[in-house]
Amino acid sequence: MTGTPDSTSLETAIAQSQHTSPLSRVMALQVFWVFLAAVLAFIALTLLTDTFATERNLFNVTRNFAFVAIMAIGMTTVIASGGIDLSVGASVVLSAVVIGVCMESGLPFWLSALAALGAALLVGLVNGLLIAFVGIPSFVVTLGMMSFARSLALVLSNNKMIYEFGPDHAVLLGLGGGRLFGIPNPVIVLLVIAAVTAVLYRWTRWGQHVFAIGGNESAAVMTGIPVRPIKVSVYMFSAFTAGVAGILMVGWLGSVTTNLGTSMELAVIAAAVIGGANLSGGEGTVAGAVIGALLIEVIRNSLILLGISTFWQGAFIGFFIVLVVAFDRLKALR
Amino acid sequence: MARLRLTGISKHFGAIRALSDVSLDLMAGEVLGLMGDNGAGKSTLVKIIAGNFAPSHGTIELDGERCAFHRPRDAQRAGIEVVYQDLALCDNLTAASNVFLGRELTRSLGPLRIVDYAAMRTRAAAIFATLKSETRPRDLVRRMSGGQRQAVAIARTLLAEPKVVLMDEPTAAISVRQVAEVLDLIRRLRDRGISIVLISHRMPDVFAVCDRIAVLRRGALVADMRTPDTSPEQVTGLITGAIESSFGRAA
Repeated sequence: MTGTPDSTSLETAIAQSQHTSPLSRVMALQVFWVFLAAVLAFIALTLLTDTFATERNLFNVTRNFAFVAIMAIGMTTVIASGGIDLSVGASVVLSAVVIGVCMESGLPFWLSALAALGAALLVGLVNGLLIAFVGIPSFVVTLGMMSFARSLALVLSNNKMIYEFGPDHAVLLGLGGGRLFGIPNPVIVLLVIAAVTAVLYRWTRWGQHVFAIGGNESAAVMTGIPVRPIKVSVYMFSAFTAGVAGILMVGWLGSVTTNLGTSMELAVIAAAVIGGANLSGGEGTVAGAVIGALLIEVIRNSLILLGISTFWQGAFIGFFIVLVVAFDRLKALR
Repeated sequence: MARLRLTGISKHFGAIRALSDVSLDLMAGEVLGLMGDNGAGKSTLVKIIAGNFAPSHGTIELDGERCAFHRPRDAQRAGIEVVYQDLALCDNLTAASNVFLGRELTRSLGPLRIVDYAAMRTRAAAIFATLKSETRPRDLVRRMSGGQRQAVAIARTLLAEPKVVLMDEPTAAISVRQVAEVLDLIRRLRDRGISIVLISHRMPDVFAVCDRIAVLRRGALVADMRTPDTSPEQVTGLITGAIESSFGRAA
């Protein structure tokens, strides 16, 4: 019975996969091409300008991109589960206003930060409950929340700028604007969140279930995955990343204004999509979110350094979003 | 003793009577073809056996023991597995992940419980081997043929040594060659002593693989026959109502 040529042993069957070589596997990833584009832009800018590859500019670039990247990780999780979160920009300002108001009133940093994160998590909880248990589409719920949470921030702050942060003033500014071993603090926070999330995606049942829900929600329901609680957790996670970004942004800017985070959700969604998150669900990576955010920031920064009017920024970013997704589509057609 | 015995199963949805007084026996290792026109009550019957609905009247016995299923999980624990018509697969995940969907294997890594992909792949590969399917555990379901997708969905039912497998239209919408593959899969399940209820519209497939054929019409069981004792013409007549009813001597 051993003569059949197609009899493969168990081990080889397990080892086999449709991706034959590691190289072709990497080449098939959208992240790889986006990363390549970012690296090329990086090299070109270093050669073309005297200002790009300076320590000061790179410090600014990395810190600016960290905020979007942190939130893009949360957004990628939501998108991977088949949803969208339009309320992240509003969660940023809510978190910022809460920490600002608390610290101004004399509360210590850690308590104020907890309150800010709590406010953001509450936004995510409400989003999640309405989406998972009431069944309202995520686009609608988070669109409503975008308006609601920002309005709440206006009410809380009475639309006044906050720039006095009480006894822990220096702690907050140090957190957002300082550096550790030469790395801006927001980047360190980004690296921690990215590492933890990457492990969650790949190695936990939660991660498997998030991607299963995004891939085929009814299959997830039928196989007994707790779809509703997981959906709630996904929106809470997204809001949490926005809350963290909000606190860090206050520390960096040294003040809270109520227009903070305005239309930031678009940059965050753009970063996630450029990084390979599929808006129809089931796909997305942490590395993609970070690299997508990096590419957006490099484009933004390069336009400024090259002396091109900032009015063109939107055009370039919009162009890249469509280009990247079209590129992916073309690959699928082939 | 019958593996699965349905006695006087009825189901109403308000004033609508979806099933009335259906009694059926299924032996171990027997393949029963369940036929009927759209709306005849096939899906309702399957959903009752699978624990999606409780019957309004009647009893379900598994190996002589009376069962009351409140949720699909209850039926699954008792040994009843379902292969859904749309297969309930996630295209974006691998074959192994799909087989274990919702029942992922984990191992501890320090304080964490992490997904044990290696164990899942090994186990999935072993199941595919017993099904003599060439499906590879690492392949994404997105890139699979209809037959391979069926194999993944069927492999999922074999995780827990089931007693009864319900299959809803497994051969609809796949190519001729893949139909042959799926019918082979059904025979392999039968050879392992698993009882199978095959719901299908495709007369040739039912006649190729089923030991017995039952026909539902307007919620009532109108025929229960051994396959050799009947013909596609007779079954068609029973489905449409041209023939009133037919019950074989087998009980």
